[in-house]
Amino acid sequence: MGKARATGARPKAPGARAGARGGRARPNPNPFEVKVNRQKFQVLGRKTRHDVGQPGVSRARAIQKRTQTLLKEYKERDKANVFVDKRFGEYDSSLSAEEKMMRRFALEQQRHHEKRNIYNLNEDEELTHYGQSLADIEKLNDIVDSDSDPEERGTLSAELTAAHFGGGEQPHKRASQQPGPEAERPRSRKELIEELIAKSKQEKRERQAQREDALELTEKLDRDWREIQGLLARRPPQARSTAQEKPQPDAYDRAVRELGFEMKAQPSERMKTEEELAKEEQERLQRLEAERVQRMLGTGEDQDSKAPAHVSADDLNDGFVLDKDDRRLLSYQDGKMNVQEEQNGEASDSGNSEEEKEEEEGEEEAEDSGSSDSHSDLECGEESEEESEQAPRQPPRRREAGRGQEARAAARTELPYTFAAPESSEDLRALLTGRSVEEQLLVVERIQKCHHPSLAAGNKAKLEKLFGFLLEYVGELAAEDPPDLGVIDRLVVPLYNLCQMFPDAASESMRFVLRDAMHEMEGTIEAKGRAAFPGLDVLIYLKIAGLLFPTSDLWHPVVTPALVCLSQLLTKCPVLSLPDAVKGLFVCCVFLDYVSLSQRFIPELVNFLLGVLYMAAPNQPGPGYTLVPPFRPRGKHSELLVVSDEGDVATWQRGSLSLHWASARHTQTETEANHTRLSCLAVCLALVRRCVHLYGALPAFHDLMRPLRALLAQHLAGGRHPHELQELCRSALADMEAQERRYQPLVCERSKPVPLKLFTPRLVKVLEFGKKQGSTKEEQERKRLIHKHRREFKGAVREIRKDNQFLARMQLSEIMERDAERKRRVKQLFNSLAEQEGEWKALKRKKFKK
Amino acid sequence: MERARGPRGARRALGRLLEAVLADRAEANAVFDILAVLQAEDPEEIQDAVRACSRLFGALLERGELFVGQLPPEETVMAGSQGANRKYKVWMRHRYQSCCNRLAELLAHPSFQVKELALGTLMKFVQLEGAHPLEKPKWEGSYLFPRQLFKAVVDGLLSPEEDCSLLLSQFCTYLEHDDLRYHAMRAATDAVARVADAHAEVPLAFWNNVFTLLSAVSLPRQESDVASFYVKHAELSDKWKVTHLKEHRKAFQLMWLGFLKHKLPLSLYKKVLVIMHESILPHLAQPSLMIDFLTRAYDVGGAISLLALNGLFILIHEHNLEYPDFYRKLYGLLHPPVFHAKHRARFFHLADLFLSSSHLPAYLVAAFAKRLARLALTAPPEALLMVLPFICNLLRRHPACRVLVHRPRGPELDADPYDPEEEDPAQSRALESSLWELQALQRHYHPEVSKAAGVINQALSMPEASIAPLLELTAFEIFERDLKKKWPEAVPLEFIPPPGLLGRRDDLCAQHFSLR
Repeated sequence: MGKARATGARPKAPGARAGARGGRARPNPNPFEVKVNRQKFQVLGRKTRHDVGQPGVSRARAIQKRTQTLLKEYKERDKANVFVDKRFGEYDSSLSAEEKMMRRFALEQQRHHEKRNIYNLNEDEELTHYGQSLADIEKLNDIVDSDSDPEERGTLSAELTAAHFGGGEQPHKRASQQPGPEAERPRSRKELIEELIAKSKQEKRERQAQREDALELTEKLDRDWREIQGLLARRPPQARSTAQEKPQPDAYDRAVRELGFEMKAQPSERMKTEEELAKEEQERLQRLEAERVQRMLGTGEDQDSKAPAHVSADDLNDGFVLDKDDRRLLSYQDGKMNVQEEQNGEASDSGNSEEEKEEEEGEEEAEDSGSSDSHSDLECGEESEEESEQAPRQPPRRREAGRGQEARAAARTELPYTFAAPESSEDLRALLTGRSVEEQLLVVERIQKCHHPSLAAGNKAKLEKLFGFLLEYVGELAAEDPPDLGVIDRLVVPLYNLCQMFPDAASESMRFVLRDAMHEMEGTIEAKGRAAFPGLDVLIYLKIAGLLFPTSDLWHPVVTPALVCLSQLLTKCPVLSLPDAVKGLFVCCVFLDYVSLSQRFIPELVNFLLGVLYMAAPNQPGPGYTLVPPFRPRGKHSELLVVSDEGDVATWQRGSLSLHWASARHTQTETEANHTRLSCLAVCLALVRRCVHLYGALPAFHDLMRPLRALLAQHLAGGRHPHELQELCRSALADMEAQERRYQPLVCERSKPVPLKLFTPRLVKVLEFGKKQGSTKEEQERKRLIHKHRREFKGAVREIRKDNQFLARMQLSEIMERDAERKRRVKQLFNSLAEQEGEWKALKRKKFKK
Repeated sequence: MERARGPRGARRALGRLLEAVLADRAEANAVFDILAVLQAEDPEEIQDAVRACSRLFGALLERGELFVGQLPPEETVMAGSQGANRKYKVWMRHRYQSCCNRLAELLAHPSFQVKELALGTLMKFVQLEGAHPLEKPKWEGSYLFPRQLFKAVVDGLLSPEEDCSLLLSQFCTYLEHDDLRYHAMRAATDAVARVADAHAEVPLAFWNNVFTLLSAVSLPRQESDVASFYVKHAELSDKWKVTHLKEHRKAFQLMWLGFLKHKLPLSLYKKVLVIMHESILPHLAQPSLMIDFLTRAYDVGGAISLLALNGLFILIHEHNLEYPDFYRKLYGLLHPPVFHAKHRARFFHLADLFLSSSHLPAYLVAAFAKRLARLALTAPPEALLMVLPFICNLLRRHPACRVLVHRPRGPELDADPYDPEEEDPAQSRALESSLWELQALQRHYHPEVSKAAGVINQALSMPEASIAPLLELTAFEIFERDLKKKWPEAVPLEFIPPPGLLGRRDDLCAQHFSLR
C-alpha cells in the first residue's frame, strides 16, 4: 500500500525528468527499460538526480560508443597507416546531400583561386567585372562612360542610343530617309557598331593625351616651386651679411633662441588672444583664491583632493611652472601680425633699426601685460618685470639686452655657462661667495637650467637639494656681520621658484630648519625658563616660510609649526636690548603678516606690544593692566625705550626700521639709539592700530584691548614724545573707542535630536544542506576538489574496467568466430574427403562389378 | 729638611714618625711633628698628614690608649702626681682633641680633596669613638655617641661663609644610617639656632647649606626592625631614643620648624615649598604645626602662593584644616602670569582638585570660569590647550553655570557685566556674563586651540575631558606634534610670487622695515 502510494505519488516524475533532460533521452521511453530508485524519505528542498534510470539505454549507448572508439583502436592496434576521410561533411548528418555537394564545389573553386605561394607577388588573382578582367579595363582606361564627357553630359549620342536601344527597324528607316552616298551602301549593323567603337576609342585616346599633358604641367610647376621654396626658406644673402657684421651670437644665445623657437613652434591649440589670456589668468587666480579661502576655513578638506592647486591640465609634468604666461603668442595689432621672434630671424630690416624697433616692441608688450594684469590687481608692473627676469626656462628679454648689454656681456664672459649641481652647502657657498648679486642670481639660475628635471633622471633630486643649500646659504648670509640682506632679498625669488617646482622637498627642508631653531631655543628654555632672541637668520627663515607657503591655511605642515615658533619667540624671549626690541617688532610684523588674510587672533602679540609700550613709558605700574612674562614691571631693562634727551626727540624723523639694527654687533651712537627707540615706539603704535583694525570684530575686543588702552591713556598720550608719536597714539586710542561695544549673549547651536536606534536584523547566510560546513572558504574549496577527484577517479576506474570487459568480450567473440570458422572448414574438408572416398569406393565397386 | 726631598720623602718621614709613635711611648713627642704638618700650606702635605693622623689615632683608639672620661686640663695632670700611664693617656687625648679641631678647621680648606679627606677622617673617628667611647657610661647600657665630635663636623659643614653643597652631598651619603641621621638633625637644629642668634643678618650661604642638609634628610616611611647604625654596638637597646622613628620625627619636626621660623630669602622659600608636600609634611610628627608657615607663604602672593597651595591642600585634605576665604584667595591668585609660571601644571592640577566638588556655589564656579577665560586672552597656546578643557569641565560639572555659554533670549548688552577688578568672586557678577573670550579664541591662529574653543558652540557633551595629559604640555611638544602630523595631499603653495624678502608692498614688514 505504502509502496504503491510512494510510486503513485510521482507518476509523472520520470517523464518530466526525461523531458527536462532534453534530447538525450527519448521522450517516451519503454516502460520496461525504466528503473526507478525508490526513495525512503522525501526531503523538502533536496534535489534528486538519480531517481530514475534507464540502464538498458545507457548500456547500449556505452557499447555503441566503445565500438566506435575502443574497438576501432583495438582493431587498428598493429597498423601504422591511417585512413583519413577528408571529404567535406562526409560524416555530418546535419547536411543534406545537395548542400554537401554545393559546399564541396565552393571549396574546390576557392582552392583554385588561392595563391599557391605567398611570396609570389606577381601572381595576382584576377578581379573581374561582368566577366571582364578589371585590370584590362583599367589599362584601357575607358569604357564608354558618358558621364565623364563634359560637352555631352546628360545627352547620349545618337549613334550610341541607336546602337544600344535602336531596336531592329530604325536603321532601315534611316536608310530609307537618307538616300545619300550612304544609302548606296547601306551599312550593316555590325559595321555601324564597329564604327562606333573606333570613334569612341579615338576620343578616349585624345582625352588621355590631354590628361598626360596636365600631369606634366603639374610636375613642372612642382619642380619650379621647389626651387623657389628653397630660396624662400633660406635667408636672403644681404640679411646674412648683416648678421656677420654683428657680433657672432654665442652658444648660450643660440641655445636660448632655439628654446624660444621650440616653444613657439608647437602651439597645441588655437592661439588665444590677449583678452582670453588675461581672463584665464584672472580665472586661475580666482580659483586659487577660492581654494585658499577653503583651506583657511578648514572646510572641504576632503573634497579638496586636487594636489598642487597650480598644476594645469596642460602641464607636461616637467616641473615647468607657468607663473605668468609670457610666451610670445601670435596676435594681431592694428591689422598687422604681431610676430616678434620671427622678425629676429626673417626680418630683412637693416641692423640698426632693428634694435630700436625691438625695444619699442618690448615696451609695448610690457605695457600690454601691465594693462592686462591690472584688473587682477595682484601683481604690479614692477613685480612682473622682476619675476620674468628670473623665471626659469624663459627667453631672455631683448629689452634687457638692449639696456645693459655691455655690463652684462662683461659679467657673462667671466661666468661659465654650466655648473655642476652642488653636492653640499659648502659647494654652493664656494660657487656664490665673492660674486656680485647679479652674478649670484645668474649662477643659481644656470644651475637650475642645467639640471632641469626633464633633462636627466637624477636632476630632480639635485635641484631638491639645491633648495636646502640655498636656504642654508641664506641663513649664513643673515648670520654674517653685517647681514647681507640685499642678496637675501634677491635670492627669495629663486627660492620661490624652486619651491613651486618641488613643494615636498622644499617644505621638508623648511621644516628641518625650523626644527633646528626650535630645538636650540628649547635647550635654553629647559635650563633657564627663558631664551635669548635668536639670530637674524631664524627670523628670516620665518619670514621666508611665510612668503613660500600660504599662511592663511587652517593647518599647514610648514606654516603651523612656524606659527608656534613665532609664538615661542614672543613669549619666551625677554627684551634685553635695543636689537632685541627691533627683532621682537620684526617678529610681530611677520606674525601679523601671517594672519593678515585669515585675521586670526594672537594673544601673545598683544602681550608683547603691551610690554614694549610699557618699556617706552616711565615705570609707574598703574591700574588696569598687568604685564605678562617675559616682561617685568621692574628691572634693569624695564625702561629700555624711554628717551630722555629732548634734542633727540626734536630731531627724530619717522622712518622705517632697518633690519641691520637687529644684529647685536651693530653699534650706534646715543642719538642714533634714541632715534631707533622712537622708531620702535612708532612701529609698535602702528602695530597696535593694526591690531585694533584686525580684531575690532572680535566679541571680546574691549577686554582684549583694555590693558593697552589703559597704558596708552596713562602714559603715552601726553608726555614728552614727538608730536607725530602723540598723534599716532591718540589715533590708536580713538580707533579703540570707535569700535562698537556689542555683547550678544552666547547661544549654543541647537543639536539635532538623536534618532532612535534601529534594530535591523542581522543577515546570516543560510546554510545549505549537503554543503560542507564549518570551515573557511579555502578549506571548503579544497574539500570539494578532493571529493570531485575521488568521484572522478572512481568513475575512471569503472570505465577502465568496463573497457576491459568489453575488450575481453570482443576477443572472446573473435576466438569463437575463428573456432567456428575452423570447425566449418574442417567439416567441409571432411565432407569433401568423404565425398571423394565415397566416389572412389563407388568407382571401385563399379570396377569390381565389372 | 724632609720637605727638601720632595713629597715622597716627606711621606716616608711621616710614616717613620708614625711607626715610632705607635711602637714606643717614649717617642710620643713625634706626634707634634705630625700635627705640625697639618698646618702646612701645601694641600698634598696636609693630605699626607691627615692620613697619618687617621692611622695614628685610629690605632690608638682601638688600643684604648686614650683617656676615657671627663678630660682634665693638661697642665693639672702634667703637674700632678698620677701614674705615667694616666699622664700619657691624658696627654695623648689632648693631642687627639687638637687633631680633631684642626680637622674640623680643614673642612673649610679651599682644596676640595683636603675637605673630603678631612670629612672622611672625622667620620672614621666618629665611628671608632662610638665603638670605643671616650666617656664613661652613666649607667649600664646607656647610649653613647661622640656627640661633641659629630657636632663639630656638622658645624663645620654648615659654614656661614661659603657654599658647601659638594661636601654636603658627600656627607649626605652617611645620612642613611639611622643614628647619624638622628644626631645630624639635632646638631643642625642647634647650629641653626646658634647662627641665627649670633648674626643679625644671616648670610645666604648659610641658609643654602642648611637647606641642602635639611632637604637631604629623608625619614623612612615605616619603622623598620633592623636599624642600620653607623657606630657598631654590641647590642641594641629599646630604651635608646635613636631606635624609635617617633623620636626621629620629633627631631625632624624640631629641625624644620627651627629652620622655617626664621625669615628666609625668597628663593629658598620656593625651594622649601616645592619639596614641602613630598618630603616634609609626611614626616612631621604634627603636620598642623606647618599651618603658620604655609599661611604666611600663601599670603606672600605670586609664585610662592601657588606653591604654598600644595601644602595647604594636604593640610586641608588630610588634617582637617579650616581655612577661611580659601576660594577667595585662590581666585585672587588667578592673574595673567599664572599661565607663564614654571609651576603652572601643579597649580592647575590643584585648582582642578579644589573645583572638582559639585557642592560649590554656582556664582563661585562661574567667577572662576570667567576669570580663567579672561586670562586666556593673554595665554600662550600650550596653556590655552589646557585651560580651555578646564573651563569646559567646570561648566560640565556645574550645569547652573551653563548660562555662560548658552543664554537664549538674553538681551544684547553694551558692556560686559563681569568686573575683573573685583576681588570677591561673589561680587564679580560673572553669572550675568557670557564667555565671549572663548568666542574670540575660536579665531586663534593655532588650529587645535580654535578647535578646543569651538567646543562651546555645541551643547557640551557629558563626559569630562581629562586635563591630566595636558598639564605638562609645552610649546615645544606642540611644535613637534605639528611637525609629525601627516598630511594627505601635496603641500599647498603660495601662488603669488614675492617680489623680495619683505614681501608685498602692503605687508607690514615692508611698511615698517627696510633692508638698508
